[in-house]
Order: sequence, then structure tokens, then C-alpha cells
Amino acid sequence: MIPRTATTTSPEETRRLGASMAAGLEPGDVVLLVGGLGAGKTTFVQGVAEALEVTDDVTSPTFTLCQIYRGRLTLLHADLWRLERLAEVIDLALDEGLEEGGVLLVEWGEGAEPLFGKDCLVVTFEPGAAQSERRVTFSARGERFAARMEVA
Amino acid sequence: MGESSAGAAFAGRRVLALETSCDETAAAVVDDGHVVVSSVVSSQVDLHARYGGVVPEVASRAHTELIVPVVTEALAAAGLDATGRGAGPVDAVAATVGPGLVGALLVGVSAAKSYAMAWGVPFVGVNHLEGHLYASLLEDPELAYPVVVLLVSGGHTLLVRMGGPGRYAVLGRTKDDAAGEAFDKVSRYLGLGYPGGPAIDKAAERGEPDAVAFPRARLPGTFDFSFSGLKTAVVNYVRAHPEVSSEDVAASFQRAVTDALLEKTFEAAEATRAVGLCLAGGVAANSELRRRAAEKGEAAGLRVFLPSRAMCTDNAAMIASAGYFRLRSKGPTALDAGAEPSLGFNEPGSSLSRS
Repeated sequence: MIPRTATTTSPEETRRLGASMAAGLEPGDVVLLVGGLGAGKTTFVQGVAEALEVTDDVTSPTFTLCQIYRGRLTLLHADLWRLERLAEVIDLALDEGLEEGGVLLVEWGEGAEPLFGKDCLVVTFEPGAAQSERRVTFSARGERFAARMEVA
Repeated sequence: MGESSAGAAFAGRRVLALETSCDETAAAVVDDGHVVVSSVVSSQVDLHARYGGVVPEVASRAHTELIVPVVTEALAAAGLDATGRGAGPVDAVAATVGPGLVGALLVGVSAAKSYAMAWGVPFVGVNHLEGHLYASLLEDPELAYPVVVLLVSGGHTLLVRMGGPGRYAVLGRTKDDAAGEAFDKVSRYLGLGYPGGPAIDKAAERGEPDAVAFPRARLPGTFDFSFSGLKTAVVNYVRAHPEVSSEDVAASFQRAVTDALLEKTFEAAEATRAVGLCLAGGVAANSELRRRAAEKGEAAGLRVFLPSRAMCTDNAAMIASAGYFRLRSKGPTALDAGAEPSLGFNEPGSSLSRS
């Protein structure tokens, strides 16, 4: 089950949280990652990749915009930090990669809400009280993830 | 990438190259792998102004519209006629085949193949990262090998040992963010603007590099880098000290990045018995990195090659150079080979491989 909220106190814990969420991912899933600079989005995806048995190093896709990794499921790792307009996000054709049965994780994912916001999982990262602490919120949009969420 | 194994060694001299892997549409004509006859980058062309502020790599339309004017200008600047029939004006056509976004790459690859077919000359596909390794060679043909190349840009941070043209081994790479990406993100976070490299460089001139003791990630036993923790440390520091001057943060951040880059680069040069080192990629235009690399090189008895700013950033001359040497060592690329968006650069000793 996917928790509603979690608190991590180190990058390693954020990575493990990503790995535990990945266990419940299914082909075609879209996960939007929302949070400021250094909030732990890429670290979280590194944990997801580990759980999906991706052997390549997962690095930030900010410049490449989208990276594809082969694992138990294909991982599409996108990053919208450089993009300013929805038209640019549409041009990336992220949904085409999904049609082949991958899972899509989008950093700075708020920019993709108009495309995927009706049926996705939104993971929000916020700074906690301590410097290394992160409050992570999981919110299901639409039916796709609803049944996989822990009961509130 | 689909190489045709047969064929006589390339004996031509003049290569036209096209580069569309990232934000720039570029074309260049280079002789003998190192004599730049012409080099045109789209940001120098009026047409580009229309796309200001947009990331054109996603709008491959921008590359599509720019590619023919840019190639025509590069040919004209070399005194060549793009419409001439009969013998082609160049001996081969090269294009960047990866890494990059497939839509953007395909514009250059398709155009290059079309020119090659129309002129009846070989086509050769080039790895963009491999191209960057040739930037120093273009400006210093007497380059002595082996050298260690620090390739630092928005998307890449690599340490490569180059034994000669076509002979590379990757020694290290970033485990998370590229160095140039850290510059861009910290710059925007500090409100200094975009692109972040020149903005941080400028702000740092008025700041104190020892003002804030930011962490230097040291990955022991490797030549790898990590900049994610540094980026987070900057955010944490500014959040806790909102009154801090952005010039001091910029200077201290820049010091931390250059410390990390130079420490591993000089360690790698020593460990692999290199006789020199080269900086490459957009971050190689950073003035502190250049100054300190030169100082440390002098102290260590290593020759340091600092490419000009135009040769640090993306251009097609370096692709022509890489293409020339690739043609000579491995022959042309098959015309049915496509773009390779995920092209990597990772097997020690081999020239090209998928990631």
C-alpha cells in the first residue's frame, strides 16, 4: 500500500521511501513529483529505479529532459525544470513512452498536471523542522491509484 | 551504431558537420580534422531571436527551420556553393547522433544524410560527448597525448582519458547532477538569472569565496563527482540565513564546485600519467575554473589546454573534427542508422557505447 504521508530524515531514507513505493507501481502509471530545489526528488527516483532493478546510474534529467531506463518495468524519468510552457511539455510526448508499458516519473511535475493530473499519483516534498528532514505527501488523483492507497 | 565494416580508409580532407542535439543548431566546415574553415551557431543567426526564451530542443521545429540557413551560411563562409551539382563541395558529412532528444537529433541526422546522398559522399554519425573532446585539438593541433579531459556542461560531467584521437577511457562521471546544472539551479534560486554559469561567475567576482563553508562531496576511490548535496546545502544555508549576500553565496558555491572538479581532475591526470589536461563543455568557460586549472597545472608540471569560449559551448566544428577521425579509423556510418538519444560513453577503452 502507498502511505498518505511519510517523514524522512536523510537522503538514504528518501531513497528507501521511493523503493517501497515502486513495489506497488504498475505499467502505465504516472507519478508527478513536486517540491523545491534539493527537496529529494531525484534521490526518491533513484530508490524507485533500484526497486525496479535498473542497473544504470540514475542522474538528474534536468538537461536531457527525459531519460529512459530498462528494468523490471521501463522507467521514464522526466524533468520539467527548464520548460516554461505547456506546449513544450506536450512536445516531449511523454505519453508515447507509457504506451509501451513503462512507468513515468516527472520531476517538477506540477507542469504536467494539465496532461496527467486526472489520473496519477502526486508526491509532494516539503522541508521539515530539521535541515535534513522531508515531509512527503502522497495523493491519488482519479481512480487509478485510489485502491492502492493506505486508508486514511 | 551501424557502421559499415567494409570500405577503403577515408582519404578526404574536408568535412561538413551538423549539430542539433541541444539548444543550438550549428554547422561547420573543417579541414584535416583540425582546421576550422567556417563555424556557424544558430544564436548568431537572426532567425534565432524569434525563439528567445524557449528551449528549442523540444521544439524540433526550430531546428527544422534553422538547419538549412545555418548549413548554407557555413558553406558560404567557407566559399562553397550548396547548390552546386556534380562533385560535392565537401568530402564527407558528419552529424551528432546522440545523446539528446530524438526529435532534435533527427533534424541534423536526416539533413546530413540528405546532403551526403545528394553529393555522393560518406555520412558519419558522431557522439556529441566525443565531439567535445576535440575542442582543444581544434585550437591546438600540436596537442600532446595522453591528456585527461574534464567535460563539464549543463547535462554532463565526465572525466575522460584520451590516449589520442579515437582512443578514450571514461575515468569518472557525476552520480547525480551535472556541474552546469548546479550552476543554473543555484543561480535561479539566488535570483541571479539564466543561464547560470555566466551569472554566478559575474556575481562571484564581488563575493568572498570563503564566506560560507559549503561541503565538497568526495567519493573516495573513484574519479566520480556529486553536486546534489552541494545544491541542497546552498538552499539550506540561504533559508537559514536570508540576509546573506548572494555574491558571497555565489563565490563560495563556485569555489566548492571548482575545488571538487579540479581535485579529481588532477588526481586522475597523475594516476593515469597524463602529460596534459583539457577543459571542455560550457562550464569550461567559467573564469575561476580556468584560472585555477592553469595555476594548478603550472605547479604540477602539466600542460593545461583552455579552449576559447566559443569552443567550450556547443558547436559543429568539434563534431566535424570527431567525424573526421572516426571516418579514418572506423569508416562511414550506414545511411539506415538512426539517431541514438541514449547514446552513452562509458566502456573504458572503447570509443563509443550505449548507456
